[in-house]
Amino acid sequence: MRLATFKAIAAAVSVVAALGSGAAIAQDKGKAPAKAAAAGPMEQFFPLLVYRTGAYAPNGVPFANGYADYLKLMNARDGGIGGVKVTYEECETGYATDRGVECYERLKGKGPTGGTVFQPLSTGITFALTDKTATDRIPLITAGYGRADSVDGEAFPFNFPLMGTYWDAADILVQHVGKREGGLDKLRGKKIALVYHDSPFGKEPIALLQERAKMHGYDLLLLPVTHPGVEQKATWLQIRQQRPDYVFLWGWGVMNSTALKEAVATGYPRDKMYGVWWAAAEPDVLPVGADAKGYHGLALQHGAGRAKVHEDILKFLHDKNQGTGPKDEVGTVLYTRGMISAMLGVEGVRRAQERYGKKPLTGEQVRWGLENLALDQKKLDAMGFAGVMRPISTSCKDHGGAHYARLHTWDGTKWSFTSDWYEADQQIIRPMITKSANAYLAEKKLPRRDCAKELTGG
Amino acid sequence: MLYRENGQFKTTYRSDQQLLPITQDRFFVWAVVALAFLLVPMLASDYLFRALIVPFLILTIAAIGLNILVGYCGQISLGHAAFMAVGAYAAYNLVIRVPGLNFLIVLVAAGLVAALVGILFGVPSLRIKGLYLAVATLAAQFFIDWTFARVKWFTNYSSSGSVSPADVTLFGWTIDQPVEKYWFVLGVLVAMTLLAKNLVRSHIGRSWMAIRDMDVAASVIGIRPLHAKLSAFAVSSFFAGVAGALWGFVHLGAWEPLAFNITLSFNLLFMIIIGGMGSILGSYFGAAFIVVLPLVLNQLPNLLGIPMSTAMISHLEFIIFGALIVFFLIAEPHGLARLWAIGKEKLRLWPFPH
Repeated sequence: MRLATFKAIAAAVSVVAALGSGAAIAQDKGKAPAKAAAAGPMEQFFPLLVYRTGAYAPNGVPFANGYADYLKLMNARDGGIGGVKVTYEECETGYATDRGVECYERLKGKGPTGGTVFQPLSTGITFALTDKTATDRIPLITAGYGRADSVDGEAFPFNFPLMGTYWDAADILVQHVGKREGGLDKLRGKKIALVYHDSPFGKEPIALLQERAKMHGYDLLLLPVTHPGVEQKATWLQIRQQRPDYVFLWGWGVMNSTALKEAVATGYPRDKMYGVWWAAAEPDVLPVGADAKGYHGLALQHGAGRAKVHEDILKFLHDKNQGTGPKDEVGTVLYTRGMISAMLGVEGVRRAQERYGKKPLTGEQVRWGLENLALDQKKLDAMGFAGVMRPISTSCKDHGGAHYARLHTWDGTKWSFTSDWYEADQQIIRPMITKSANAYLAEKKLPRRDCAKELTGG
Repeated sequence: MLYRENGQFKTTYRSDQQLLPITQDRFFVWAVVALAFLLVPMLASDYLFRALIVPFLILTIAAIGLNILVGYCGQISLGHAAFMAVGAYAAYNLVIRVPGLNFLIVLVAAGLVAALVGILFGVPSLRIKGLYLAVATLAAQFFIDWTFARVKWFTNYSSSGSVSPADVTLFGWTIDQPVEKYWFVLGVLVAMTLLAKNLVRSHIGRSWMAIRDMDVAASVIGIRPLHAKLSAFAVSSFFAGVAGALWGFVHLGAWEPLAFNITLSFNLLFMIIIGGMGSILGSYFGAAFIVVLPLVLNQLPNLLGIPMSTAMISHLEFIIFGALIVFFLIAEPHGLARLWAIGKEKLRLWPFPH
């Protein structure tokens, strides 16, 4: 009897060992084609770090679907990028930093030329990957999130916080409430509360809001909410006591709808609440429904709604049952966010192909493309992005490319734009970026890259 | 036949008291260490080092530490990830505030700081036991988490609260390649294992075990509970602190307090329960189980060529992982280390069982 159990265990152990060695062999196989880049298949590999499970899945799923759909569209509509077929593989991070790092290591070497660009959709994972991508020479696009100071391409050569950062977003929110009060000088003596996710993501805007507080004389109230954010009674008790004039909501996932529910319960006017783009999508307001009416969200470029590119996705993918998610998800805020993120990566590849030729490109070559991105209105219109976003152009010094945003408001059933375009004040932000980037370089003992020299050196 | 100790006579106390009294065991351990140092670097890929082996080795150090406290001294702790965090932040502050300090000194100092904090949070163990102590150590988890998230000095006033130190350098050797990280962590692990193994055989270790088995009887025969319990907390937190510094500097490279949250504390506890309480070897097995198995499960459908959605794979990973934990605990409640011991017993009699 006991011998039998022992035998069973021994068999189990040997199976596990076999699996382990199988995994090792598969790894080696994955490495082999990377070396023979030129002779490999005409494929450009996109690694996808997604979270379809866990506390943040309601927001992670539409983003992942939009991302995957746009890559599929490239193959279905255009036959790849410049004739190079797009391939991709997903890896589940669950929004956890350590799993994100594991996924990065797993996917970075796949495909004929390795991972093209990484877009983790998590500020925590962005921080952890910043050094690793620089060593492996793979670009890291963080469209609308990540480290604000990585706009400085001289300090962060492989980071691309395209289309605005948290500092841009916070700056525009202050500008907007200033305008609403009738001038930024009217903010003196006002009270603004920042309800934020207690993580690098939520803490990023604090530096800028404090800088602006010094300039305009408003009081900044910092109210952290611990992950995942379903418990906010204490936070909203403080809001009830202090009665801030405005509440900025810097949440993600279930934290946002909880905050709105608490606002309803405490009777805080939703009209005085402003969410960053992570807190301004359908999953955030739908659980609250009509009660969330009047809540404003910052739309970092795009909002909800369908443009020509969405129609193409419906026509080429969903009508042929090849769409990644449900059909009615197409055109929601986070779906479009995923789609635009994929588009930025694809356009980086397309730009790089102009210089390096139409073949599978390495991460370093794509980095050049992203650094010299020039998407003007004509190009955007041709791609079907008319009305979704504004032109964007990057340089070695400015990895952000654009610093514009609008605000949209929830009317109980849908999001609609309620403001003009704002531009974040770079005269305030740029010195902060340089200071923060220099501190990073000093701490890491890294040299600053010289953009002027690289241009002449060609 | 191969594994038999007949004819191995011990003629001195020294040879009777050595770490591995059986010759075959000695050869085996030396062979494993040699393989680990020489052969593994030739075989493993960068991915295996970064994603599997290095985290496994670092968490083994932490698991050994927790095993000393829970398995050997019988004091439960739900706050070990917090002690790891203390080690990580202590190391970070030492590195940025004292430039040019040797990283080995930083590592030891980080362990000592964690040990101090561990003693502090171990004080309640003198009055309370069992589940009540678990709750008291839970306080350490939340308090330390809160401290590093709030007190800006610890994160050097980083605007996001995330810290990212430079790569580790040791006598001019920059440890940035996966193989180098592996060698460095393996070296630390071997040293720490030797330390732990010898500690639990010494009079200190025996006093821990006496406290674990029955604290009243232990104090009657002259063991001071204060010394025994607090020394267990100190040594255990020292291991956790060293592991935490390695986790931050060598594995993650950049971290926020969330990297040392309560999930990690629970995982450490699962490691020693599955691996085997009161066994150094069990800490290895448990760490391997918790670190490696989910990743293998996550990649299995892809390797076998079964098309499956990412969400489905993740859900299956959780289901199978949970089921395996239950299976192993039912099959052998004393952990994987006990299975290993049974295997050795069988091997002694093989091929002629009674």
